[in-house]
Amino acid sequence: MNLTSVKTLYRAEMARSLRTILQSVVSPVLSTSLYFVVFGSAIGSRISEVEGIPYGAFIVPGLIMLMLLTQSVSNASFGIFFPRFSGSVYEILSAPISPLEIVLGFVGAAATKSIVLGLIVLGTASLFVPFTIEHPLMMLLFLVLTALTFSLLGFIIGIWADGFEKLQLVPLLVITPLTFLGGTFYSIDMLPPLWQTVTLFNPVVYLVSGFRYSFYGLGDVSVWISLGMILLFMAVALVVIHAIFRSGYRLKP
Amino acid sequence: MSAPIIDVKGLTKVYNGGFEALKGIDLEIRRGEIFALLGPNGAGKTTLISVICGLVNPSSGRVLVDGHDILDDFRAARSRIGLVPQELTSEAFSTVWDTVSFSRGLFGKPKDPAHIEKVLRQLSLWEKRKNRLITLSGGMKRRVLIAKALAHEPQVLFLDEPTAGVDVELRRDMWEVVRGLRQSGVTIILTTHYIEEAEEMAERIGVIRAGELVLVEDKQTLMASLGRKELTLHLREPLSQLPEALAHRSLTLADDGHALVYRYDGADDGEGAIADLLGEVDAAGITFKDLHTRQSSLEEIFVNLVKERT
Repeated sequence: MNLTSVKTLYRAEMARSLRTILQSVVSPVLSTSLYFVVFGSAIGSRISEVEGIPYGAFIVPGLIMLMLLTQSVSNASFGIFFPRFSGSVYEILSAPISPLEIVLGFVGAAATKSIVLGLIVLGTASLFVPFTIEHPLMMLLFLVLTALTFSLLGFIIGIWADGFEKLQLVPLLVITPLTFLGGTFYSIDMLPPLWQTVTLFNPVVYLVSGFRYSFYGLGDVSVWISLGMILLFMAVALVVIHAIFRSGYRLKP
Repeated sequence: MSAPIIDVKGLTKVYNGGFEALKGIDLEIRRGEIFALLGPNGAGKTTLISVICGLVNPSSGRVLVDGHDILDDFRAARSRIGLVPQELTSEAFSTVWDTVSFSRGLFGKPKDPAHIEKVLRQLSLWEKRKNRLITLSGGMKRRVLIAKALAHEPQVLFLDEPTAGVDVELRRDMWEVVRGLRQSGVTIILTTHYIEEAEEMAERIGVIRAGELVLVEDKQTLMASLGRKELTLHLREPLSQLPEALAHRSLTLADDGHALVYRYDGADDGEGAIADLLGEVDAAGITFKDLHTRQSSLEEIFVNLVKERT
């Protein structure tokens, strides 16, 4: 393992987000806080409790998940797409580092950013709505695993994308809808039976459910299923990335 | 003789579309030499370099860098190589210092600010070290790319079309650096389509054409056998035939006797041959109003070369 190279890549990626702190930190924190203000404090007080939890508190895990997913994907995808776009990726490809080390650098940095953002948003949320965290360690585990998995997905998108449009496509057209429909704002028990079944095909349901379990001790599905699912997603992402480097897809002709 | 620093055997590259960019290249680069790879656009120069540096996967054949296979032992092979790409690419928003330090770290070398400073000073980038890359001119950006390639103290430096679109000053600085590196034992491989450049710098020259290495030869030999120069004197008074005094020279009349043409080898320029000739022309009472010389371009050398070898 070439630790110096991994650290160098990781630090450069972190420095890039510090240079753009408004966009990479302030903006997601602000937009998520707006949800807390509107749905938590303002409207939330007029909505009845969901499964015995005040609505404002109920949506906190889902909103953090929403932010975590979109930020992980966009951070990681931009991280690898930009050097490809500018051409400076030549240096990374010609460096004495393995694909695994490249992934560690880029995905590690993207996941770190998302985790830090998640914790900031968690802290911000507590300013607007009161909530509890029953299983803090489980909460952290979900935070880390989700950030890593979706940073891996972002890395794949950043390699697949051949323009800025495709880069935005997945976060906007896939991640956001799936999160909104994945139980962020409601318990899936509130849906008609048919849709409850359909929803089980939405991977985000398992993430939100597991994350919510770590807060309030209850979720739409068992926490172990949630954990199993996220590990499965991570495994799939790793297999895809392995295949990408093996074939040289979009990186090495 | 010690083992070659780069040893290419039977290297081929067929791109996905079916384009055969390299058709079985065999090449040995000697330790510490300056080697110029010449060839027209699309001949395969960049593909060859890209395979050696790990940017393009070879289709078959093998490449050893200092004895290390570029695929099986890529860490050892790549850590010895520095690459200056043809196109100006950079992380626009970081500073000169940061991007050059990044390159060193990326290649797994521990921090060494003294070395980075040395490289930046060599390339006249020291004053600009805090500037962001986006604010630099094209020439400055090229200097930065060279600095990046030198940041990890490579044993082999690849310069892909280093002087395309580069001003005189940078070119001079660059050759200064290249000479310095050569003296410290670094092997330099450059691609170019300017014959002057190869002539000025290289010790050996390889010519690549349509994916094949047409020849590899010492520069002296190549220039002597292929380079041609031509001096034309535009005369005040037309001559009907060559004067007796100049008969021993291989001169020809052109333009209805208005011009006197002298053809000579690229290898024996200087040495006073031209001055002697002009002296004799003057002594023969021939006056001229203008003169010009031209050198055979790589293009012409190619045409000759390809004719000769096929």
